[in-house]
Amino acid sequence: MSKQVKRLDRVIIRFAGDSGDGMQLTGDRFTQESATYGNDLSTLPNFPAEIRAPQGTLPGVSSFQVHFADHDILTPGDAPDVLVAMNPAALRANLGDLPKGATIVVDTHDFTARNLTKAGYTANPLDDDSLGEYAVHQVDLTGMTVEAVKEYGLSRKDAARAKNMFALGLLSWLYGRPTESTIAFLQKRFAKVPDIRDANVTAYRAGWNFGETTESFAVSYEIKPAPMATGTYRNITGNLALAYGLVAGGVQSGLSLFLGSYPITPASDILHELSKHKAFGVTTFQAEDEIAGIGAAIGASFAGNLGVTTTSGPGIALKSESIGLAVMTELPLLVIDVQRGGPSTGLPTKTEQADLLQAMFGRNGESPVPIVAPRSPGDCFDATLEAIRIAVTYRTPVMLLSDGMLANGSEPWRIPELSELPTIDPDFATATNHGTGDDAEFWPYLRDEQTLARPWAIPGTPGLEHRIGGLEKGDGHGNISYDPANHDFMVRTRAAKVERIAESLPPLEVDDPDGLAKVLVLGWGSTYGPIGASVRRVRKAGYRAAQVHLRHLNPFPRDLGEILARYDKVLIPEMNLGQLALLIRGRYLVDAVGYNQVNGMPLKAADLAEAIGNLVAEAEGIEVDLSETIDTLAGDER
Amino acid sequence: MTDTDLPLPVMRSGIELVPTRAEGDPAETGKDYTSDQEVRWCPGCGDYAVLKAVQGFLPDLGLRRENIVFVSGIGCSSRFPYYLETYGMHSIHGRAPSIATGIATSREDLSVWVVTGDGDALSIGGNHLIHALRRNVNMTILLFNNRIYGLTKGQYSPTSEFGKVTKSTPMGSLDHPFNPVSLALGAEATFVARTIDSDRRHLTSVLSAAAAHRGTSFVEIYQNCPIFNDGAFDAVKSPVTRDEAIIPLVQGEPIRFGAEGDRGLVRDRATGGVKVVEVGDGQGQVGAGDLLVHDAHASDPTTAFAISRLTDAGQLHRAPIGIFRQVVRPTYDDLARDQIAQATAQVSGTPTERLGALIGGGDTWTVA
Repeated sequence: MSKQVKRLDRVIIRFAGDSGDGMQLTGDRFTQESATYGNDLSTLPNFPAEIRAPQGTLPGVSSFQVHFADHDILTPGDAPDVLVAMNPAALRANLGDLPKGATIVVDTHDFTARNLTKAGYTANPLDDDSLGEYAVHQVDLTGMTVEAVKEYGLSRKDAARAKNMFALGLLSWLYGRPTESTIAFLQKRFAKVPDIRDANVTAYRAGWNFGETTESFAVSYEIKPAPMATGTYRNITGNLALAYGLVAGGVQSGLSLFLGSYPITPASDILHELSKHKAFGVTTFQAEDEIAGIGAAIGASFAGNLGVTTTSGPGIALKSESIGLAVMTELPLLVIDVQRGGPSTGLPTKTEQADLLQAMFGRNGESPVPIVAPRSPGDCFDATLEAIRIAVTYRTPVMLLSDGMLANGSEPWRIPELSELPTIDPDFATATNHGTGDDAEFWPYLRDEQTLARPWAIPGTPGLEHRIGGLEKGDGHGNISYDPANHDFMVRTRAAKVERIAESLPPLEVDDPDGLAKVLVLGWGSTYGPIGASVRRVRKAGYRAAQVHLRHLNPFPRDLGEILARYDKVLIPEMNLGQLALLIRGRYLVDAVGYNQVNGMPLKAADLAEAIGNLVAEAEGIEVDLSETIDTLAGDER
Repeated sequence: MTDTDLPLPVMRSGIELVPTRAEGDPAETGKDYTSDQEVRWCPGCGDYAVLKAVQGFLPDLGLRRENIVFVSGIGCSSRFPYYLETYGMHSIHGRAPSIATGIATSREDLSVWVVTGDGDALSIGGNHLIHALRRNVNMTILLFNNRIYGLTKGQYSPTSEFGKVTKSTPMGSLDHPFNPVSLALGAEATFVARTIDSDRRHLTSVLSAAAAHRGTSFVEIYQNCPIFNDGAFDAVKSPVTRDEAIIPLVQGEPIRFGAEGDRGLVRDRATGGVKVVEVGDGQGQVGAGDLLVHDAHASDPTTAFAISRLTDAGQLHRAPIGIFRQVVRPTYDDLARDQIAQATAQVSGTPTERLGALIGGGDTWTVA
């Protein structure tokens, strides 16, 4: 039987189930299939902080959203077109996000009275017309999975565990995904347990075959590959790209990488990944606490390594004093903050960008630290290399602000040619730098005139023995100094050194197609995708808005002030209560307006577009109506 | 036999991988290890004696000076690195062991020393201390114990006796003190010793053994603060009382003390610990041959711990001095470097080639 194939330009699917149902793996595999197929894509994993919350309950629901398209997209999408719900809780937790007409695939097996009660349903929504506005496919995923894999003699429980692969097979058929990579993946992953391996592969194939034969799905869909720049691609998460950036930084600088870290969500995967790469001379030290993690990294930097510490916001709070030590001792150091919801323990598995001011000011004294922020999962690689360049060149701790959305989200990443990577020169001091002959000395705080960086002389270098520490240094010689004028000079010099970094930055890219926009949308970090998508929406509707996205938060690029002055209105969308806005308003005296959302989730392009539209209306004195364009937005983001 | 010529078990020396001075190099003295910085401790401070002893002892190691690193935290004693002509870092309060861990783990060719105090190591930095000890990172930790906070002007410390009246405790302190040696043994340190600032010969012998030990060597140094806690160690320093107060621990020797050697240690069968007895043939006395023989190399730390308990928790009257424990256990830093060496031995190609393979791995597709 040959079924009808309909062409779509983009689809958003959300897989949702219990924490133990393997939804992250299912989503990840679907993503990988789509990436291999050549779609552009963006993903949003969303899971609870609890490892296994009570089964079948709303707090236990874990989901993975993937947006894939035949064109360039920027976000995981605001609202799913398709929801796969493995149990009543997954349906109930996600239904509110679905637009009318969305497709829902449910595992009817789990819609028992007990599970319905656990999810808070008083009546089975599959039996009444409460889902009337959706296209619901009731499928006994579990039952069919158990039946399909019975030849392997697994317990019923083990057999049922393959139901996520059945669902994946069904969805893979529905959207014409290639199957080879998932079968190869399963064969490798379960190589040591042949029964489980074969059961998963069988369930996956059974799901596909079910789609092809059942009358419940009359149509399948095709989403053509997206045109992309030439090159070799892979799908990559932010944490993996960041870890690769660290390894690359070690290779490009010739420095051994030393990671001192304490496990914390959502940063731990960087520690896990780097621990696999010892062959690159990488040392990973799982410390007794956050402070020891950065302490060991500082020690390693003093000894001539590339010291790195990884954490999330609460860990930064603990490391603050040590970051101050690195500021004072002017040692290269990378401090990576994968931001999560705060304050305190906050929302460990949700995203936020509310650590900007902590990164900027969260230390005692005048303690300037350069700040770099990646804008997408793949960009974590480049941003990490940039942070290393700054740390090594300017002998300073550098904050790299990723976030939970970047860390776990993924996108196709064009693998860079090695020749494209920057070379980073540690430029160790090898000789005395003050006085001559018998008076020749090494002065650890005698600065490079251009960068204001001090020399990095590492133990083992004869004749350059010196002491550094947290007490104020005398200019040049670096001995303890309590002299008032010297302190004032050193405070200003440390600030000037960080400000000098701006001289090494490229001009900002201003996205303003005809240069006539009156509204500028300024962002940083992971909001790049939603901001870009919302600006596109505004433009598609016939209005003008410009976009600038900051990678460097400290120092700001030299041309930022001049760019801000060109626009009548500046909108700053952030997943915080206005932290960049505070800095911009203070620094440039610009009446920037905030667009702020702090709900642990990425900004939604549709909502943000409305905010931009309102500002455009105000700035240009026109009526702005974006609503009519939504349904005709072929190729755009919903 | 003294504790400087212990019959060491088979182990790599603590400084084995550190470059040494060549034979033709000019001889070094303490002066070569003296920096140009003015020493700013109070007159009479015990830190002077330790500094002199360290400056005088370092040339004996025969190491290249540029391969020696001193790291300290915060406190009076933590100014130590500024006065030594080696590489050094005066870091932040309590964190020196973690910084030293990064240095020692990343560089096998350095001799790493930590200088700390009772507040720095046992209060704000207690966590780092115990974890350095359990990991057995190759470094020597010198804990200057003056049983008081000096630099903040005289508050009680975690080693001050219960009921100590200080600026912050006008009615007496309420916390039970730490016994640093017991704490280190509890953390399964592989080298634990105690010495006294004013006994330069003993101090130097302990430093030598600590430097030779591969792993974390923990040395508690009783150090007098003449300003805020003068006389805290009079019992072990005064010529009148010290023979009765000091219990010398000498490897392989019966543990015996007193001016006439009339006291000694035996196992206390009732408690499982050790107790002080009179030595002799009389009633209630114990024969010299039945005394406990000191064995720092015993793999079980139980006896060493029992001996450490003989130190008073209150006003100091008596203290065992010497090396409590010295055992062989692989060091964290050696093991970490071994893993890197193992991993590196299994790959081929330049780092750049391997970087290309790493980032280009996984499921890829090509857009032509």
